[in-house]
Amino acid sequence: MSAVQCIDICKTYRQGDQDIKALDHVNLEIPDGDFVCLSAPSGGGKTSLLNAIGGLDVPDSGEVWVAGRRIDQMSKGELAELRLAQIGFVFQAYNLIPVLSARENVEFVMQVQGLAAAVRREKALAILKEVGLEGLEDRRPAEMSGGQQQRVAVARAIVSRPALVLADEPTANLDSVTSGELMALFVDLNQNHGTTFVIATHDRRVMAYAKRLIKMLDGKIVGDIDQQPG
Amino acid sequence: MRVVKISFMLAWRNLWRNHRRTIIMLAAISVGAWAMIFMTALMRGMVNDMIRDGIQSLPGHVQVHSPLYRNDPSVSNLVSIGDAELAEKFSSAGIERFAARVRVPAVISSERESRGVTLLGVDPLQERSVNAVGSSIIAGSGLDSAADNGIVIGRKLAEKLETEIGKRVVIMSQDPENEVVDRGFRVIGLFEASLAVQEEAFVFAGRQAVQKMLRIDDRVSEVVAVGDDYRDVSSLLSDVRQLMDSADEILPWQELDSYLGSMLAVMDGFVLVWIVVIFLALSFGLVNTLVMAVFERVREIGLMLALGMRPSAILWQILIESTLLLLIGLAIGNVLAVASVLPLRDGIDFSIVAEGMEMFGASSILYPELQLSDVILANVVVLVLGFFASLSPAWRASRYEPVEAITKV
Repeated sequence: MSAVQCIDICKTYRQGDQDIKALDHVNLEIPDGDFVCLSAPSGGGKTSLLNAIGGLDVPDSGEVWVAGRRIDQMSKGELAELRLAQIGFVFQAYNLIPVLSARENVEFVMQVQGLAAAVRREKALAILKEVGLEGLEDRRPAEMSGGQQQRVAVARAIVSRPALVLADEPTANLDSVTSGELMALFVDLNQNHGTTFVIATHDRRVMAYAKRLIKMLDGKIVGDIDQQPG
Repeated sequence: MRVVKISFMLAWRNLWRNHRRTIIMLAAISVGAWAMIFMTALMRGMVNDMIRDGIQSLPGHVQVHSPLYRNDPSVSNLVSIGDAELAEKFSSAGIERFAARVRVPAVISSERESRGVTLLGVDPLQERSVNAVGSSIIAGSGLDSAADNGIVIGRKLAEKLETEIGKRVVIMSQDPENEVVDRGFRVIGLFEASLAVQEEAFVFAGRQAVQKMLRIDDRVSEVVAVGDDYRDVSSLLSDVRQLMDSADEILPWQELDSYLGSMLAVMDGFVLVWIVVIFLALSFGLVNTLVMAVFERVREIGLMLALGMRPSAILWQILIESTLLLLIGLAIGNVLAVASVLPLRDGIDFSIVAEGMEMFGASSILYPELQLSDVILANVVVLVLGFFASLSPAWRASRYEPVEAITKV
């Protein structure tokens, strides 16, 4: 089964007097367990495509299927349930809830899912250790660096082992060492747990980890290359 | 249910994110709640004092008359049975606080002036049990018994008649045959009342002396009974109705004095209006606080929606935040109100404006009355209306599109 299927999706935004085609008849199929990088210059449509796949935005036309379910016609509540159960998000910026500590941020999704407190705590501490934030569990976002915050966001996205992780520039604020460790974690989840990754990035080092590289330009897919992860 | 705990935690922490704004809003709610409860206690105290004074001044809680008496309060319209039988019936029924009176219009004359008055033939022992007007003697002495031949008049009336204790006055009225009857009485005491008009309107003489003068044997014009609580006289009314002949008219004080009776209902309405008006002033601050809080957190709300929190959970989070704000504000306001009212239990002395207060029947000492029902009403109104006032910003927050909210600058 496909993890993601986009059928002829289009999305146009109005900016002043101009219509900007963010997605222009995009067709895409991502099988379960794939590791995909979306690469495009700024405004090329990669964030719009991630938003459409994640049910954060509804395309003007076309169909979006995630885990075998058509999502472009779902209600807000159904989309929320789908995101909660199936998808892990890492956004480019402003990823954390300021009034929660690092551990509480990681626990947030699990808490909304209804997991028991002890289980949540154990999982959150383990994943924070895995992303190198041991000892910083009780810090609030304002007390952490941008890179540390991004690692907390990544930890939150993967802690409940979602079937699909959508990440928008996940390594943007990280140094090369941390970035490498994070990508190794993603690869491990992909290989050992079958998690599907769709990562929008400019970073060539991140692209090197992908099994498949999709290039976009002006809202269109202009290249779709299978590659051997480096 | 699974998001209630996280919604509560987020609401609580968000509340203290902007300490200054929250404290200002809490101060506004607390002062508003204090004003609602404290001012209501003062108004209740004043109105209840007026009602109690009004009831005690003669009506009592329940009265018995001839059905014709209220239209024609003359000596022709008397209660169906005599005072001895009345006393026996009331006592045997366990009604201890009652008074049987002759009450007729009369003219009182001194050697200088004449005035129209209401003559009351009373048994002073019975009158004391119902705390009627005329019992507050400021000069001379009160009546000793129903057989007393003296007369007690008001201080103001004494001034108008230019008479004094020890002098004689003549009372003139009519007997049941419409013959003019009169009799001289010696002024033995002067009374004062909370209303100046009462001091001019009523004169008190021994019941037997008045009955003899009016030639009505042992008959009386009215019987007054007093229960424990003037707000609920239904059981007393029922007891008296069972005792009396069906030919007599038996009415509660609310019907006998519709002005006094309506004051309670008017006061209840006024309290509600007062509470709602204060709340309306508060609600602007509350809604503004919530709108600002939501506006500051647009991206955060977008993030929570993106992570899978349902819009309804966002709505509840804002409503919980508002409710917490209201609950804390109300708790402080209630404590302040109780702390303000308790030290004033012995009364607030308004003697500096005593004349003005007395003009509309209020005492110069004001006793605030903190009624649990008023406190509950104030709290419920603020909570319920506050909840509805918060719906708009909460609804707005829950309707955000995640992708627009999360990218909002």
